[in-house]
Amino acid sequence: MSFDLATLWAFIIAFAVFVYVVMDGFDLGLGILFPLFPQKADRDVIMNSVAPVWDGNETWLVLGGGGMMAAFPLAYAVLMPALYTPVIAMLLGLVFRGVAFEFRWRTQKERNKWDIAFAGGSLLAALAQGIALGAVLQGIHVEGRHYAGGWWDWLTPFSILTGLALVTGYALLGATWLVMKTEGELRDRAYHLSWVLLIAMLAAIGLVSIATPFLHVQYTHRWFTWPNIILTAPVPIAVAAVAALLLRALSNRYDYQPFFLTLALFALSYAGLGISMYPFIVPQSITIWQAAAPENSQVFMLFGVSVLIPLILGYTAWAYWVFRGKVQPGHGYH
Amino acid sequence: MLEGWDAVALARAQFAFTMSFHIVFPAFSIGLASYLAVLEALWLATGREVFINLFNYWLKIFAVAFGMGVVSGIVMSYQFGTNWSAYADKTGPIIGPLMAYEVLTAFFLEAGFLGVMLFGMQRVGPRLHFLATLMVAIGTLISAFWILSANSWMQTPTGYAVNADGQFIAASWLKVIFNPSFPYRLVHMVLAAYLTTSLVVGAVGAWHLLRDQHLAGPRVMFSMAMWMATLVAPIQILAGDQHGLNTLEHQPAKIMAMEGHFESHKDGAPLILFGLPSMAEAKVKYAVEIPKLGSLILKHSPDAPMAGLDTVPRENWPPVPITFWSFRIMVGLGFLILGLGLFSLLMRWRGRLYHSRLLHLFAVTMGPAGFIAVLAGWITTETGRQPFTVYGLLRTADSASPLAAPAVGSSLIAFIIVYFAVFTAGVIYILRLMAQPPHQGEQGPSRDVPARAAGITPAAGAAVEGAR
Ligand code: HDD
Ligand code: HEM
Ligand code: HEM
Repeated sequence: MSFDLATLWAFIIAFAVFVYVVMDGFDLGLGILFPLFPQKADRDVIMNSVAPVWDGNETWLVLGGGGMMAAFPLAYAVLMPALYTPVIAMLLGLVFRGVAFEFRWRTQKERNKWDIAFAGGSLLAALAQGIALGAVLQGIHVEGRHYAGGWWDWLTPFSILTGLALVTGYALLGATWLVMKTEGELRDRAYHLSWVLLIAMLAAIGLVSIATPFLHVQYTHRWFTWPNIILTAPVPIAVAAVAALLLRALSNRYDYQPFFLTLALFALSYAGLGISMYPFIVPQSITIWQAAAPENSQVFMLFGVSVLIPLILGYTAWAYWVFRGKVQPGHGYH
Repeated sequence: MLEGWDAVALARAQFAFTMSFHIVFPAFSIGLASYLAVLEALWLATGREVFINLFNYWLKIFAVAFGMGVVSGIVMSYQFGTNWSAYADKTGPIIGPLMAYEVLTAFFLEAGFLGVMLFGMQRVGPRLHFLATLMVAIGTLISAFWILSANSWMQTPTGYAVNADGQFIAASWLKVIFNPSFPYRLVHMVLAAYLTTSLVVGAVGAWHLLRDQHLAGPRVMFSMAMWMATLVAPIQILAGDQHGLNTLEHQPAKIMAMEGHFESHKDGAPLILFGLPSMAEAKVKYAVEIPKLGSLILKHSPDAPMAGLDTVPRENWPPVPITFWSFRIMVGLGFLILGLGLFSLLMRWRGRLYHSRLLHLFAVTMGPAGFIAVLAGWITTETGRQPFTVYGLLRTADSASPLAAPAVGSSLIAFIIVYFAVFTAGVIYILRLMAQPPHQGEQGPSRDVPARAAGITPAAGAAVEGAR
């Protein structure tokens, strides 16, 4: 693997998207789980556990999108029209859930309506993201510098599968977040949910892993031929190990471990995705080098990224630190 | 409903619709974030309770408006790819980095400190809390810096080259960022945000003074807002005039459309006050005009010659009627705001600032004027640069995504339905908050949390709801 500017940028964008997936993943997951917690008291606690940080979480999505337009404009220009419907659906879902954070405190009568908007918007956004992922993996019809397919190409059984898989994964992140941030009866239910969701998530990872090699010979080749297999085999082995640790952490009723182990599970699945895709940014048609912006654009941004990302991670960590610990029902945040 | 529209027209309608909703919120939150920082600073400096009450009062409103700004903004950033993919491919190497810097320097800063600003007073104490407020305020201004730089580059592109793939690439980043119209646009927009906010704050203050002239909070906010409007309105008019001169230099066709100058005038162009521009007949019907004043304003000499749209090829004409009218709405409101400022000054001088019902009624009606002027201003700017997305270089028709019209049509309808449903509710909640006067011991965006169910909260909440 030659380490050039385009590769470096591929890693930066991949990093931004990953941070987005896990950070917004847990707060979207809370939305997905919302219908399972019908009590107003529980819902208030759940909302309060993310209210101070959700906006920062979602900003990584803007960096992922904006950064891609900057570093790989061609890929952005091909992928976005190809994923038109899921992307618009995601944006509308994010509108509903984003406003619910404030709106539900501003009304008694209509609170239920905004609870539904929060849950429905989160579910829609998560599903749309998973579907978009599947649609990218299965390949996109490109001619010249344009998307050349129809506006329903994204919809296949495989993309539905990835959509449901991501919803399950986000819900697991949400459940383990609740384990970490809540107490008492609410936490008991979160433990219980984590069990169920973990099993579902492992099944989903299995199904997607089995289905992916059938999409393209390149994927099969990447994963199962000698000597690649030396590099790829550790991924499923590590998944199994993390899953075992996670099961243990849940039965020992640890506070923090379940959430962070779920993050590790996401990281491994994400690495698997990277192994399948590299060096394509639009699978099977556009590589990262073909899509790369001219060098001077990438260099110009590299200055900013190398100084600002550490700074951002720093003050984001501070914000999480300020709101650390269990959410106390009855105190909330003032 | 949308039959006969092609995909490009639909995409333009969608961009204009979503942008118009978006800009309303930043225009308010840029100004309000600065106002909150000022209020908190005054509270820290003087310890007077009225300032922290006002701070908490406006903070709740800020939280609702900011949330709507964020979600509508995320939609904007993705639309470059979904609807304008040819444009994104060609300008990505220039616009992309500018927007990426906006995310890195502004959005993260706002979002990172927003949580502490809204809910963190107890946890971090007043001084760190003030730092958080300041960071959010600065973040909104940095955001305006980058996005206006990007927009200005599209209006007046400089410092670029074109590569073999037909993409614009930067030859000089400094020239790209500080392109010729950027300083004017930045100043004009930030002042617009401050004016807009001062008019809203002033209207809320006046509304409560109309009911009770002795309330401390409304008095303070009304006085502060009127100072702001009085001082900023004349500066804004000057800035707008300079902005126009700059536009004349770089986008003359836009000025011709704004002024309704279809014909060239060899010895002094008139200022057309009103009339009905007709593109088909290439003239302004029923024009009410002042001779020579157009040249006097734009060229500072009554007899200076002015070229008209007859010197521009027809396929490069912007849509004249929209540009002409939206410009007049903005300028008209600008002078009305100036009028409000001067009136308040007079009343202040006579010691009747808190007692003049006429002034208060005037201020209440002017509450939405800033938003209307901002929208009108943007419509002037954006329609006046048509038919290009990158002025003179890339046509709007060549910028769009290869999408089928039904795809764009459905998303447009979805946006219209969702935005009206969601943002109408948000505006109603904001108006309800404003309908209550700020009171002693005003709480921040507190969560009415369950354990207090032991006592008063639900009942009190229900009472408030009932009172609304
Ligand atoms: C950063 C870029 C940017 C910014 C800040 C704005 N616009 Fe814009 N606008 C565009 C980038 C753009 C564009 C992508 O370049 C469009 C899309 C198609 C086009 O012609 O230009 C456009 C088109 C466009 C049109 C359609 C014009 C026509 O069809 O004749 C309208 C009415 C607006 N915009 C309105 C606005 C408003 C109300 C804005 C702010 C308050 C605004 N724009 C800010
Ligand atoms: C096409 C143009 C624009 C795009 C793509 C865009 C994009 C965005 C995005 C993605 C956000 C949410 C950021 C977050 O997650 O916190 C946002 C918010 C914001 N935008 Fe825009 N924006 C545009 C135009 C403008 C303009 C013209 C201004 C003002 C001059 C502006 C000022 C702001 C501000 C201050 C915020 C913070 C939220 C708020 O104040 O409500 N934006 N914008
Ligand atoms: C009466 C005095 C005013 C004059 C002469 C004036 C002039 C202008 C001009 C010439 C433009 C078009 C710039 C272009 O060529 O692209 C413009 C745009 C604009 N105006 Fe004004 N304006 C005035 C008052 C106002 C007021 C009171 C507001 C809002 C409170 C406002 C908000 C805007 C905005 C948001 C834009 C679009 C952004 C920009 O291009 O700066 N203007 N104005």
